[in-house]
Amino acid sequence: MKFAVLVFPGSNCDIDMYHAIKDELGEEVEYVWHSETDLSGFDGILVPGGFSYGDYLRCGAMANQSNIMAEVKKAADAGKPVLGVCNGFQILTEAGLLPGALLRNKNLKFMCRPVQLKVENNNTFFTNQYEQGQVINVPIAHGEGNYYCDEETLATLKANNQIVFTYSDDNPNGSIEDIAGIINERGNVLGMMPHPERAVDALVGGADGLALFKSIVKQWRENHVNN
Amino acid sequence: MKKVKIFVTLRESILDPQGSAVKSSLTKIGYSEVKDLRIGKYLELTIGDTDRDIDTLVKEMCEKVLTNVVIEDYRYEVEEAN
Repeated sequence: MKFAVLVFPGSNCDIDMYHAIKDELGEEVEYVWHSETDLSGFDGILVPGGFSYGDYLRCGAMANQSNIMAEVKKAADAGKPVLGVCNGFQILTEAGLLPGALLRNKNLKFMCRPVQLKVENNNTFFTNQYEQGQVINVPIAHGEGNYYCDEETLATLKANNQIVFTYSDDNPNGSIEDIAGIINERGNVLGMMPHPERAVDALVGGADGLALFKSIVKQWRENHVNN
Repeated sequence: MKKVKIFVTLRESILDPQGSAVKSSLTKIGYSEVKDLRIGKYLELTIGDTDRDIDTLVKEMCEKVLTNVVIEDYRYEVEEAN
């Protein structure tokens, strides 16, 4: 399976993402600069964290205007897995690939620490290697991770089991319903504030994030065997 | 030439913790009259002569890029620019 790690000016988790795929997962991966206009050679798209375009105007707003985002939309429409982490999640909401928006943390602080995440739905492209209800330890690092959507959207998210991860012990940012990560209705676009790519090696604090990437590969292989 | 002044604020239904923190500071230094404070953004655009309708143009730009309609409201004023 071949992954693309998108790189915008100001991305800073791209190298961690690349490392997670190449060295820990053992799959193919390439960096793709934001001005590129083709993602057709990739099977999975990873939108990393950071501060794309210095968070000018709104987090993710400028990145959403770059060439590569039209290709990300095509990839999502084609059913390819698209994962947005942290700033990547913000970019995917700005792009309209995921509903809602990320607001300033309720306590106004940049939160950088490990959190306990509950897997609310393990029947997805991204979580099939977790147990339903499993609690995993993954770090967060964000100032604007307070997920917000209107009540109608929230009802839809619940009805379709689109809430994939919640903060299980304490909510670091004030997000609605303790939401940490959501998936689109089709089930191939996941956005989450915590950083699974920073939790892929027990030597540096835990490897609970690795199963997320393994889930993608497993589901991708199954889809291709069936087809 | 036109000058367009755009005011962007968080929607009424959304908490503005930054605004609340600033309001508390004002209260603390004696301005207890302040009942609410919300922080927004101000954008000023200078628009060259165009055949396109200015309102359509501004609304399009606001809804595509300048604001996020999920969380923000906007209003604008158009003035003649020198």
